[in-house]
This record gives sequence, C-alpha cells and structure tokens, in this order.
Amino acid sequence: MKILIRQGRVVDPATGRDEVTDIAIAAGRIVAIGAASADFHANRTLDAQGLVVAPGLVDLAVRLREPGHEHEGMLESEMAAAVAGGVTSLVCLPDTDPPLDEPGLVEMLKFRARNLNQAHVYPLGALTRGLAGEVLTEMAELTESGCVGFSQAEVPVKDTLVLHRALLYAATFGYTTWLRPQDPFLGNGVAAKGPLATRMGLTGVPVIAETIALNTIFELVRDTQARVHLCRLSSAAGIELVRRAKAEGLPVTCDVSVNHLHLTDVDIGYFNAAMRLVPPLRQQRDRDAIRAGLADGTIDALVSDHTPVDADMKTLPFAEAEPGATGLELLLALALQWGEEARRPLSETLASITTAPVGVLGEALGSLASSAGRLVAGGVADVCLFDPGERWAVEPGALRSQGKHTPFAGYQLPGRVKCTIVAGHIAHEAF
Amino acid sequence: MMLPRRNPQLNAHGELVHLLSIEGLPRAVIHQILDTAGTFLSVNDREVKKVPLLRGKSVFNLFFENSTRTRTTFEIAAKRLSADVINLDIARSSTAKGESLLDTIANLSAMHADMFVVRHGESGAPYLIAQHCAPHVHVVNAGDGRHAHPTQGLLDMYTIRHFKQDFTRLTVAIVGDIVHSRVARSDIHALTTLGVPEVRAVGPKTLVPGDLREMGVRVCHDMAEGIRGADVIIMLRLQNERMSGALLPSAGEFFKNYGLTPDKLALAKPDAIVMHPGPINRGVEIDSAVADGRQSVILPQVTFGIAVRMAVMSTIAGNTA
Repeated sequence: MKILIRQGRVVDPATGRDEVTDIAIAAGRIVAIGAASADFHANRTLDAQGLVVAPGLVDLAVRLREPGHEHEGMLESEMAAAVAGGVTSLVCLPDTDPPLDEPGLVEMLKFRARNLNQAHVYPLGALTRGLAGEVLTEMAELTESGCVGFSQAEVPVKDTLVLHRALLYAATFGYTTWLRPQDPFLGNGVAAKGPLATRMGLTGVPVIAETIALNTIFELVRDTQARVHLCRLSSAAGIELVRRAKAEGLPVTCDVSVNHLHLTDVDIGYFNAAMRLVPPLRQQRDRDAIRAGLADGTIDALVSDHTPVDADMKTLPFAEAEPGATGLELLLALALQWGEEARRPLSETLASITTAPVGVLGEALGSLASSAGRLVAGGVADVCLFDPGERWAVEPGALRSQGKHTPFAGYQLPGRVKCTIVAGHIAHEAF
Repeated sequence: MMLPRRNPQLNAHGELVHLLSIEGLPRAVIHQILDTAGTFLSVNDREVKKVPLLRGKSVFNLFFENSTRTRTTFEIAAKRLSADVINLDIARSSTAKGESLLDTIANLSAMHADMFVVRHGESGAPYLIAQHCAPHVHVVNAGDGRHAHPTQGLLDMYTIRHFKQDFTRLTVAIVGDIVHSRVARSDIHALTTLGVPEVRAVGPKTLVPGDLREMGVRVCHDMAEGIRGADVIIMLRLQNERMSGALLPSAGEFFKNYGLTPDKLALAKPDAIVMHPGPINRGVEIDSAVADGRQSVILPQVTFGIAVRMAVMSTIAGNTA
C-alpha cells in the first residue's frame, strides 16, 4: 500500500517542522516528506488541504479491559476508539482480571491486538503477582513477552520493603517502574479533601496522600537509582516535588490526565458520577499547577487515562460509582482545547501527546523508539490527520469505546480526527 | 466549554419539587415551609389528626439505612396528610438480594408511587433517585450519608424560630462530630441562609475540619469559647465507630472536653436553648441534667418534626416538575 498525503500542514513536534507539504508512505514507512520522487505511484491519495498532518498520538494510560472486564470494553471496541482518536500507540495497564502478571497473558493480549491491526499496544506488566504487593513478577520473562515497564495500576504497594526490593530488582535490568503516587491509607476517599468534599459530605483524599507517597518514592529512587514513571499527578504540591526531584537529577518522569488538565472538584456539581475519577479532581490552584507543569516540561506527558466503565457501575451514588472515564477519543481534542486556552503553538501542544510520551518509553519501544511519535523519512508511518478548525460536540452515544461515560459530555471541542494511519495502513478514516 | 447546571430540586419556575438539601434554598422558601408547618401544628392537637391534602397519594418510605425514629415521624406526617404509606426496609430486602438502587426505584415507580422518602448511607443517593424517577414523583431526602438531612434542618429552624423568633441576632453553637454529621451540614446551610450572624462549629480537629469555615461558620476547638454567649446550642450524636477510626480515644474523654454539662451550659446566655437531633447518648455528648433540664427543647423538636415533615410533603406535592 502506497499512500500520498497531499498538501497538509505537516507538524512534527520533534523537529519543530510546521509547513504545508506532502508525505509519501510505502511498505509501512514514511518514504518522503516534501516532494516524492517521480516514480512514486500512490494507491491512495489523501487530500489533506486544511488538515494538520501530525505524528500518531501516543497514550501512556489506557485500559483495554481485556482480559476479565469484557462487559466494560473489548479489545475491538477500544482499539477502534484509539484509532478514531488518532492514537497509534498506547500503553495499557495491568489491572485486568487476572492481572498481567505472567507472560502468557501478555502474549495473548499482544497477539489479539496484532490481529486487529490497529494501534500498537504496549502492555505494562504487573510489578507484583496479582498486584498484591507481596511477590515480584518474572520481569525478564514479561519484558520478553512485550511489557514496556511494570506497574501496580491503582493498587499501592503498602509494604515499603517490597517496594524497595522491586525497585532494586527493576534497576538491575534497567526496567522502568510506573507508580501512581498515593498513600494506601490516606488515599481512601472519593473526592479531593477540601471545602467542596466537606460541604458535600464526601470522604476526602488529602494532598499529603500524594506528597507522602512521592517523598517515599524519591527516597527509594535516590537509594536504588531505579527509573520511575509517576502516573497521574493531581496536586500543585506534588508537581512541585517532581520539579525539585528532576532538578536534582533523579531518573523520574511523570504524566497527568486530560481530565485533571480541564476539571476541578467543583465540576462534581450535584454528585455527577462522571466526575468520579482516580485520583480525585482537585482545586483550581492544582489545575493551574498541572497546566503550568505541562507547559514547562515538569510533566512529561498528557494521557487519556482511558477507563471504560459499564453504565450500571456509573448509575450509583457518587461514592459507590466505579471511578474512571472514557478518553481515547477525546485526548487530541482536549489537548487542543488546552493549547487554545494557554495560547501555545500547535507543535508544543502536540509534543505532550507524541514525542514526550515516546521519551518516557525510551528504549522499551524497541525498533520504534527512533521514529514513533514523530514524522521522519524512513521511520514508521504512524500518522494522524485532523481538522484543527472543526469543533464538535461530545456525544457519548457516538463514541466507539464501549465506555460512554465522560465528564465532557455535551462539550464543544476543537479538532476532529479525519484519518489515522498505523504502520502505513489506514486504520480509521472519516473524511 | 462549560455547561450550566440547574438545582435539581427546583423546577423551571424555581418551585420546590423535591427536597434534597437546604443548600441553595431561598430564604423565602424556608420561611414558607416553616409557616406551613405552623398551620399543621394545630392538626396534631385535634381529635381527628388528619387533613386530606395527600388523599389518594402513595408515599414510599425507602430506608436503605436503619432508622426507627425518622421513619416513624415521616410515616405519621404522611398519614396525617391522608396519604397511603408503604414502609420498605430495603436494608434487609432487595439490595441484600443484589438489586441495584435504580432497579428498586423503577420497580416501586411501577407500583405508582407518588413520593419517595429516602434514607441512604451514601452522600448524594437521593439526587440519583430524583434524576431517574418519573417526572410526577417527588423525592424527600431523609438523610444521605454525611451530606444532608434537610427535614431535620428545617425542624431545627422551626424550633429556633419558635423559641427565639428573630434569626438575625443569634449566636448558634453546633457541638460534636460535625464532619460526619448530615444534620450539622443542613443546620449550617439553613442558619446562614436565614441570616444568623454567628454559627460556631465546636469540637476536636479530627471531627471539626477547618474547611468548614468556607461554609460560613466559625470553627472553635475549645468548648468554652464555642458556647460562651450562645443563644442556641445544638448537640450532635457521637457514633461509637468514631473511637475505632482513631478520631477519638474514648467516649469518656470526649465527654470531659465537649460534653454539655450544667457548668458548661452556664457559659451560654441564661435563656439559651439546648437542642439535639436524637437519639441522645447520655453521658457521652450530653449530661442528663442538661438533657432533661429546663433549657432543653429536645422533645418539642420531635413534635415540631411531624408538622415540618407534613409541610415539606404537602409543599412539594403541590408543585410539578
């Protein structure tokens, strides 16, 4: 399959390229940016006038719900959602049922994903067996089967000795450990501690639930030199700690979710369960710090934190509702919305969902490390074409994901994905 | 990209169709309910204690959390309005069989319910029910989690108005486990809406968080400071589980610091009234000498509670979504 993308605005955050030109694709790779050679005969020509041609998006936090939670999402529906959202590479969490704690499960997932031939799937293996926080998983075996790192998803390791040894062991082989910083005891709550939770009578998670966990992790990183990726920061104080840790030179990276980039606890309104998220939405100053941290690079990546949740699990009283929101199809639009509000150049906005997350994954990406999340001649042809001017209303029923619950239902957002190309084949188009 | 949100207990004309919380209720609406309650008080003194306002209507008492006292007062109130009352002890029936909250509601709606009186252990549960029931069905929150207990708040206001008349010169102290108390939250919203210039929340830092200041109250961790010069003292019930949660060492130590004794009551104004939503724990939050003393209005609160609940049910039944 040879594809010619004609006269699109090619934006590549990695190089800062931003110009109207052509891209030629053949055999899964980008063969030319700019004028293609005279003997390039495309099977398919895409007229990209008025569209942005960007690298395919890279999402570091996705739940595909397989195995075990098929009522909430299937690989088919969630992979279709990914490419509909312009996402060509995604990292999936190990909190499936059973958790991704043995190579056979990972191989099965990779095999199923490969057969669907949509986005590239990079699983995180469980850090401990059954995510129980007691026994280490076979990290080398899991890495061979395709895991790009190790995570406890939302289950903190309560035992600091186990966490210390897990990091030491991971550091031996250069594996990255992905941790969401949350104290297991202080973290028991359903909203951010503060005036709103107090007024509504919801149990609050204090900021110190995040900062205590971060301080513990940083001490362990100092001791072990393990590489740690911090997932879904939620507080201004937490981001400040990461800023200092990075200045100190600790090998840490971090991400935030699109939900926390746009929303605060006030959006819970009258107990709207769509706003039941983990970590909980915090206050205005925290959201401001998240925006500032993403802009200045303290926060490496913006993620969808895609979590399809069954309708039955959301039509419950707020505290009983299952946390999470669908996000794959909103990642680009919400990033662009932030870019507009913060008046950031398009290329910098896109960096948070392309080159920067690839930087977090680093060598774990293997052969794709040098070209995923960017547009380079000779590199993998993962491309997203979108109309930056088209505003669209978020209609939950129209989402491809099996998860229909989003805090952004009814919002008008910018940026409509028109075509997603994964490894040189058209995985989604909506011209 | 923000969307507007309407207060779900009001219809498009600003009339009350459900009672979910006192927060956001206009002062005039509160006074109107209290005035209506005043007219119902006399019904309770008649030989035939009934008015036909809800004749032919079915009121379902849905108590997902056990409560004999509140359920009984709602039942009496509904019966005095001539409604048919059906009591469902859900804590021991359908949800125990795995039925979801909304399925329970759908089933009961199919039995042509006109009003649900709901008590639930989770904050916000009555909102979910109000959003998912048929338009002609009214919902009364009879206590949800720590969030709200609006009829208790209204009966407390009725009691204060009865004994003190004017809200705008009062100092009201609420003492005890504020953080877990839906009564305290409803009282605070009602008192600040009605123009009480000083509302104090009194208790240890584990039970009285500083965030309460943003609800318009003065936070006091010292009992003497908290009740000095008060016109009204509202004592809250202390639940036993507070001790196991490391919030308090013992009931005895709580009583030593925050229990209302005659000595401490002497710090309040001489004509101060003492209130309590019940059931009281003698010797834990309140001394018997105070609970049974001349300043106690705990039993009048119960009497007023029936009239206030009649007022709430008849008011919302008269408005349509």
